[in-house]
Amino acid sequence: MHMREEWGGFTAGHWTDDVNVRDFVQRNYTPYDGDESFLEGPTKATDTLWGKVQELQAQERANGGVLDCETEVVSGLTAYGPGYIDPELKDLEKVVGLQTDKPLKRAFMPYGGIKMAEQAAESYGYKINPKYHKIFNEYHKTHNQAVFDAYTPEMRAARHSHVITGLPDTYGRGRIVGDYRRVALYGIDFLIAKKQEDLLNCGDGTMTDDVIRLREEIAEQIRALKGMKEMAAAYGYDISQPARDAHEAVQWLYFGYLAAIKTQNGAAMSVGRISTFLDIYMQRDLAAGKITESEAQELIDHLVLKFRMVKFARIPSYNELFSGDPVWATLEVAGLGQDGRSMVTKNDFRFLHTLENMGPAPEPNLTVLYSKRLPEAFRRYAAKISIDTSSIQYENDDVMRPVWGDDYSICCCVSATETGKEMQFFGARANLAKCLNYAINGGKDAKFNDKQGNHMQVGPELAPITSEYLDYDEVMHKFDLMMDWLAGLYVNILDLIQYMHDKYYYEAAEMALIDTNVRRTFATGIAGFSHVVDSLSAIKYAKVKTVRDESGLVVDYKVEGDFPRYGNDDDRADDIAVWLLKTFMTKIRKHHTYRNSEPTTSILTITSNVVYGKATGALPDGRPAYTPFSPGANPSYGAEKNGLLASLNSVAKLPYEYALDGISNTQTINPGALGNDEGQRIGNLVHVLDGYFSEGAHHLNVNVFGVDKLKDAMEHPEKPEYANFTIRVSGYAVKFIDLTHEQQLDVIARTCHDRM
Amino acid sequence: MLGRVHSTESFGSADGPGVRFVVFLQGCDMRCRYCHNADTWDRDGGQLLSATQILDKAERYRSYWGPEGGITVSGGEALLQADFVAELFEEARKRGIGTCLDTSLQPFTRDEPFFSTFRRLIKFCDFVLADIKHIDPERHRWLTGHDNENILDGLRFLAEVGEPVWIRQVLVPGVTDDDGQLRATRAFVDGLPNVERVEVLPYHTLGKFKWDELGIPYPLEGVEPPSQESIEHARRILCKGE
Repeated sequence: MHMREEWGGFTAGHWTDDVNVRDFVQRNYTPYDGDESFLEGPTKATDTLWGKVQELQAQERANGGVLDCETEVVSGLTAYGPGYIDPELKDLEKVVGLQTDKPLKRAFMPYGGIKMAEQAAESYGYKINPKYHKIFNEYHKTHNQAVFDAYTPEMRAARHSHVITGLPDTYGRGRIVGDYRRVALYGIDFLIAKKQEDLLNCGDGTMTDDVIRLREEIAEQIRALKGMKEMAAAYGYDISQPARDAHEAVQWLYFGYLAAIKTQNGAAMSVGRISTFLDIYMQRDLAAGKITESEAQELIDHLVLKFRMVKFARIPSYNELFSGDPVWATLEVAGLGQDGRSMVTKNDFRFLHTLENMGPAPEPNLTVLYSKRLPEAFRRYAAKISIDTSSIQYENDDVMRPVWGDDYSICCCVSATETGKEMQFFGARANLAKCLNYAINGGKDAKFNDKQGNHMQVGPELAPITSEYLDYDEVMHKFDLMMDWLAGLYVNILDLIQYMHDKYYYEAAEMALIDTNVRRTFATGIAGFSHVVDSLSAIKYAKVKTVRDESGLVVDYKVEGDFPRYGNDDDRADDIAVWLLKTFMTKIRKHHTYRNSEPTTSILTITSNVVYGKATGALPDGRPAYTPFSPGANPSYGAEKNGLLASLNSVAKLPYEYALDGISNTQTINPGALGNDEGQRIGNLVHVLDGYFSEGAHHLNVNVFGVDKLKDAMEHPEKPEYANFTIRVSGYAVKFIDLTHEQQLDVIARTCHDRM
Repeated sequence: MLGRVHSTESFGSADGPGVRFVVFLQGCDMRCRYCHNADTWDRDGGQLLSATQILDKAERYRSYWGPEGGITVSGGEALLQADFVAELFEEARKRGIGTCLDTSLQPFTRDEPFFSTFRRLIKFCDFVLADIKHIDPERHRWLTGHDNENILDGLRFLAEVGEPVWIRQVLVPGVTDDDGQLRATRAFVDGLPNVERVEVLPYHTLGKFKWDELGIPYPLEGVEPPSQESIEHARRILCKGE
């Protein structure tokens, strides 16, 4: 065992010989169960820098959403020179490094698809140098082109009709969290040495596909690690050795993350579980009198400031799916260790406190890994921040820890992944609501036509239902068959996309910070969940009459009588919800998944519920054609008749074991409905979280504001108080004024739990 | 025994301490001009449920209650079904569920058979949320259609037996917001040692649509919710006794 000089004062363990950050954290962190009174306000430097960034953000908005865009140089670790928030203020920046040479300037990232990179620039009035069109069409292929080369006609049809939707074939798949802490703890040279060892031990010389591919990948990773050193050197830092103090630890870690966002524009670029880790360095420096609490907070504020500035050039259709320019720089605090100790440290308070020091903001996507067993003072502080800012989300550590251990990160909006040990193949959603209509209509689409002008045959040509009133058993039988088809096609599309992504847009920098012997999950998803549940309930408990067009296709439904709806803690409807999840997941599992990954599914739709709904016809639950779905696992609009807790209980019944990729739930509570004064509101929100997660639920977004505020913000986006008005939508936080008008209306229409 | 239940709410956050399951019973004889639950007046409406049925439902939310929460029985006027509430609370106590009664005390009397039933009910009731609609008898009659003498006597009775009470008053501009009324109410409350808390509930118009639905003209048409300053002012007098 070799203790390095930089590790002075740390307790040694397995981590000193092997890359094992979890072991380091568990042996060295100091739990904190006190309250927030130790926290310090923003320093002058923080105020100045954040003021500057807000000015830039205002210019960006005035500019139509993009401040500046690179058109000449392809992004890479060292493609652009060093960048600062303001060159004149650069000495104030405790944490340095930008994606490009200027703040909020969007990099040129063509490997996901040159067409998209060109379109993204054009939609904001920029023109990519035409030479790249030639280079990336004639000399080098992109991920997007490769996927479309291999798609079958059936896959194209399913994609076109949006029965499978949001596929990462036009953008980076994201969701891979490098263990950025490794850069700080070990320095790059040690990580290179370990990867070189792995390369030497990769295969016995027999060149199978797997071995060839892995050897090439490790070589790419080593190249990326070397590139990180060069990137840091441009900012005047040598990151070849471990960080020596808190300031270096924060800076080294950030360089690791910066490498990821310079080379990938994935849909989610999470930061990971860094809070408790960094606290160890803070504690050491604080104890030695090397920094003050104010300096410790400043480091965290400046790091968070950088996460608030992450930007990618996106095409308009992407923005419709994921509105408000999110990057899912997801960052976790709290959770419990396997030994039962709380992992809440002072740093967990400091990260939440950034929302007070610099005001609310959508990024980083701050996530509290919640358990009733977390210290009460911390739970109360988190609830207070929720009530004040509506900027944090909660996930149930008690259901995730048994599956992912105590060192997992959230790799997207809500999905867990074991830090440094796992990667994820992300793959969009199957539109089960549309699938139900296909079951009734024999695979024909109500919205999209074929070249002859007839309803497009997308699914298999099963016998359609011809009766006037729907029969539950008949619908269930056909729905089951149609889901079989959809699950199979979906998995195959994803296999193809992931194969091409590995080949043409491999995440070398992130994978360099993950174990070579990586575990992989294969993340599928469900859209339209609540509508399918309520539709099946309507068919079962009420009478549903079909309305057909001249071709005989069912285009609408008339419901006669009442029926139980998901969202009221009524087992008649909720049992259907559980059945639907289990059935779909079981069908997914039957299929081969790329690189022997472990299939999972999710019930989360981000803001894409609006776009998916727009492509989907009327449903038997009474949802009109082409209107938004309810988001994630939320009950349908207007379905909740028994108050917040009844709604939460319904969602909590969904077994996490069948949806390991996450079950997202977003609730908006009027402040008055939470209690009459601040103390009561905090106490009651803590009770709600304790109860919901005790019931085994997975995730909760908490918004605390009234509908009036939303309406006013929609009508008066120019008011200064709305510049940073942040709300939680399904799976992330967003500035309300950055949502599309359609999505603003959707958010307003959604149930707000109020009190009479 | 069955009770007439108007509805239930899984998340009662301001109806007593902690998070509470609220049972709104059907039927009320008061005709408060600002009533926001006019649909609970009719004594014959609602759904018939047993104490067991209600408590089984309530217990689905036990994990949200924390140490202080439980059930609150409100209305309508819960005391119109005092027998049923007594049975419900007795059963709740057996199950270890906290109990709270939210009442206007309008049915209160020391006459039998009500009085014995009420004493039994209070035995199983952890605390009472009691409204004082207006301290002045004449104004009270104008506002609710009933005297307040027995109501104030009910509050005295609760003080006699030492039942913990929270007093609430709805602050209606031009009706209850004058200093004389507020000070007189406070003076009355000062004589009740069992009162743990006094709350000012700002009048709102969210229940007006129910009058429209029932086809009854809304008596406080044109009255706006009180301003923040006026709420603070009332709180200073009523809650803090300043």
